[in-house]
Amino acid sequence: MTPAVSIVDVVKTFGSLKALAGVSLDIAQGEFFGLLGPNGAGKTTLISCLAGLSRPDAGRVAVLGHDVQADFREARRLLGVVPQELVFDPFFSVRETLRIQSGYFGIRRNDDWIDEILHHLDLAGKAEANMRGLSGGMKRRVLVAQALVHKPPVIVLDEPTAGVDVELRQGLWQFIRRLNGEGHTIILTTHYLEEAEALCHRIALMKQGQVVALDSTANLMAAHPGASLEEVFMRTMRR
Amino acid sequence: MIGFWTLFYKEVLRFWKVAFQTVAAPVLTAMLYLLIFGHVLEDHVQVHGVGYTSFLIPGLVMMQVLQNAFANSSSSLIQAKITGSIVFVLLPPLPYSAFFAAYVLAALLRGLMVGVGVLLVTVWFVDLQVVAPGWILAFAVLSGALFGALGVVAGIWVEKFDQLAAFQNFLIMPLTMLSGVFYSIYTLPAFWQRLSHYNPVFYMIDGFRYGFFGVSDVAPALSLAVVAASLAAVSVLTLLLLKRGWKLRN
Ligand SMILES: Nc1ncnc2c1ncn2[C@@H]1O[C@H](COP(=O)(O)OP(=O)(O)OP(=O)(O)O)[C@@H](O)[C@H]1O
Ligand SMILES: [Mg+2]
Repeated sequence: MTPAVSIVDVVKTFGSLKALAGVSLDIAQGEFFGLLGPNGAGKTTLISCLAGLSRPDAGRVAVLGHDVQADFREARRLLGVVPQELVFDPFFSVRETLRIQSGYFGIRRNDDWIDEILHHLDLAGKAEANMRGLSGGMKRRVLVAQALVHKPPVIVLDEPTAGVDVELRQGLWQFIRRLNGEGHTIILTTHYLEEAEALCHRIALMKQGQVVALDSTANLMAAHPGASLEEVFMRTMRR
Repeated sequence: MIGFWTLFYKEVLRFWKVAFQTVAAPVLTAMLYLLIFGHVLEDHVQVHGVGYTSFLIPGLVMMQVLQNAFANSSSSLIQAKITGSIVFVLLPPLPYSAFFAAYVLAALLRGLMVGVGVLLVTVWFVDLQVVAPGWILAFAVLSGALFGALGVVAGIWVEKFDQLAAFQNFLIMPLTMLSGVFYSIYTLPAFWQRLSHYNPVFYMIDGFRYGFFGVSDVAPALSLAVVAASLAAVSVLTLLLLKRGWKLRN
């Protein structure tokens, strides 16, 4: 089966800094995949290359077999990305934001699905509110909603729960799990390692632009009996 | 096509929601120019046998079309870059031609709305003739689109609002002011006359004015050719930059 995401020897430098020093990674369809690592490890840079926001200096990236450069329209259609930065367009309401985002993906009259997303993200009551008037956690959830308007088979979440309260985090994970259960591939970065441990089938640990560990969550845990993922993470990073 | 229409609609909504600043304010500015210069110079100056206030109006209209078209695409893009909301248009599978067309046409629409606004207000004061409406429309559309496209380039190029202001103050303003908005270039010394012929804005205003009075410094067909060629050149350049992801996808 074609991998959901295929990353081959990707290198990305910023000046003299090697943000990605040759990363290779395949993520299978239907996986719930965790991309973990300390600040500056290169997670967001890798996601940017995947999303076509950034051009790698070398290497290839494909989404469901579609090269993100050569076949960018198909690759982008298949991908939904929740960016790490809390960005929003202050001119619009939540519903306008989601309708516009649907339109960019070529979808008209998407309100049934938009209402469903809003419901699952507990934003239904804020649908007509202006983006400026939302709290940080609400804005973050709108970002999640924006990534889902076109029902992408591959969903990338770059720290989607930063600043989101406990209860809503549970709600969000329930929704994402359901999407995963329906066959969507999920790629997640987070600094909440208990979340990663509970959710991800497989995990890549990144450090200084390289993948330093890549295995199923169960195997990673088994290699360090009795340790939490946090401890596994700390030990791997110290090596 | 839905992608294009959505981005166009979003860009129009963006300026329309603050129409007081983006449409009404420039109309007022043009009115002030007209009142002051017109009042001071009306009795002293005639150009091409036309009263000075009448002569001034097409130039002012065109100046506002150009400046507002430029301001719309450039400020929208730079704002999106600074706030980061540019990702919302970079993540979807929008073809770069749709991206270009949406920004340019929304910019053109704002330019034309301001232009029409200035015209509507000024006809209260001055009895303006219209000799050839087709030329008026052709020059307004091509020129507005050209400055909308320049705004796209500027918006992608600059990183901060003060750089954009420099672009506006040191390039756009001199080009428009030194193009014959306030005078016929044949009243200038020979050197400046010759220099004006290298300024594409001169042709825009001269041809536009021809549509009103039927007289111009240069044949309107030549002017239109210059404007169309400039638009084509800037469009090709912008499309190439967008295709390469210049400054947007690093
Ligand atoms: N546009 C850029 N220009 C220069 N350096 C950059 C740029 N983007 C990222 N970097 C650098 O690349 C490295 C990797 O950054 P990246 O954002 O990918 O890390 P990350 O793993 O996502 O970290 P975090 O957990 O803090 O989000 C960092 O050292 C960062 O400073
Ligand atoms: Mg990051």
